[in-house]
Amino acid sequence: MSRLMSEEGIRIDGRRWNELRPVRIEVGVLKNADGSSYIEFGKNKIVVAVYGPKEVHPKHMALPDKSILRCRYHMLPFSVEERKNPAPSRREIEISKITREALEPALILEDYPRTVIDVFIEVLQSDGGSRCAGITAASVALADAGINMRDLVAACAAGKVGGRIVLDINDEEDKMGEADMPVAYLPNLKQVSLLQLDGKLTADEYRECLNLAINGCMKVYNMQREALMKKYFSTKDEEGGSVED
Amino acid sequence: MIVKRYVLPGDLIVEGNPHIKPLANVIKIGDRLHSTRIGIVEVSQNGVKVIPLSGIYIPRVGDLVIGKIIDYSALAWEVDINSCFLGHLPAQDVFGKEFTPGRDDLTKRFDKGDVIACRILNFDRTRDPLLTVADKDLGKISEGELVKIGPTKVPRLIGKRGSMIQMIEHLTRCRIVVGQNGVLVVTGADKDMRDVAVKAIKMVEEGAHTMNLTERVKEMLQGVQVGR
Repeated sequence: MSRLMSEEGIRIDGRRWNELRPVRIEVGVLKNADGSSYIEFGKNKIVVAVYGPKEVHPKHMALPDKSILRCRYHMLPFSVEERKNPAPSRREIEISKITREALEPALILEDYPRTVIDVFIEVLQSDGGSRCAGITAASVALADAGINMRDLVAACAAGKVGGRIVLDINDEEDKMGEADMPVAYLPNLKQVSLLQLDGKLTADEYRECLNLAINGCMKVYNMQREALMKKYFSTKDEEGGSVED
Repeated sequence: MIVKRYVLPGDLIVEGNPHIKPLANVIKIGDRLHSTRIGIVEVSQNGVKVIPLSGIYIPRVGDLVIGKIIDYSALAWEVDINSCFLGHLPAQDVFGKEFTPGRDDLTKRFDKGDVIACRILNFDRTRDPLLTVADKDLGKISEGELVKIGPTKVPRLIGKRGSMIQMIEHLTRCRIVVGQNGVLVVTGADKDMRDVAVKAIKMVEEGAHTMNLTERVKEMLQGVQVGR
């Protein structure tokens, strides 16, 4: 057996093949943002801020029939071992793009024509799977901002490590493992909005990996729900007059 | 019968009942109705809607809003109405049909930075909301404390048939103009009472979701009165 997977099937950080790292999500952490969230996904620590819908500047960028979604995934210089140059790297530009494309199917952008929605994902500390954690947190922040959504987006990776298909790859497994497959999933609509694969899998392994990642997404989705419910409904009691138009 | 339930975006509300219509913040996907916001479901005879608990102000025709003049051209003012759309107030609405851009100076009526109470005359998302000040109680607001609250908290501040806002007005002897966009103006002779009214408004905003809020605000206001 390889260093990443013991004889008993225990992974390098002590997890079993189908276990997620510890996840903690908080909603509404930034006062000045319209919506915000903070996620700890294993060693990942990420803050997400959502601003908008708001007017587009420059005005010629506005679309007449729907809102523009702008995403920025950014790693802070101290988020990795060696100082990272704060300028957007090739990798960050790619992740910004796939984040936008993972979130877009969930948002009803047609409800806000001629406006823009800005999503800022700042990675304070990074571990493997930060794009999934970023998408998960961004979806929670968008819901917090009160933007019309068809569904939340939950994201989780699966991959192949030490010859086995495992859930939620961490940094070491990502670097030394055989395959990494991040997946973003719309749980109620049962749609996949992000699917990347880095490595080699057979057709059977691919199917197993995708199913495992979707199972992981459902677990993440439950944590997103819990976090939102905690912020909005934990102390809430119904009152007749509270919501009268 | 009215049934209430808490929902998040994407949550299934009803499945397979073609007689229930989707109203505000509810979408139909196939034969299923899903919520699009964090909020409370309200099922009534007309259909099902979700009352949102977060979000920005989206103008609706007929709403009274309080806005700030941020710019003007030869023909119209641009008004910040605390929304993602800028309000558009045509000069003709103020000067009348005989308005001539060369003769009438827009700044004589409203200048940049002026706060106005206005009503949404027309809006359909394809163009900026059209405003009007041609009604009683509309127009320039020259004095008072400007307070901003979350637009989704406005119905709570007004309360059942205006019970909450009337109670605050009565006990603080202030007048409160509530814009549906979450901007309020508190006017009153006594500075201390105005501050108390602002405090009460903030209290309602923070506790919008809690029970017996009217009672607690009343207690607070009466406590202040006794202390004076």
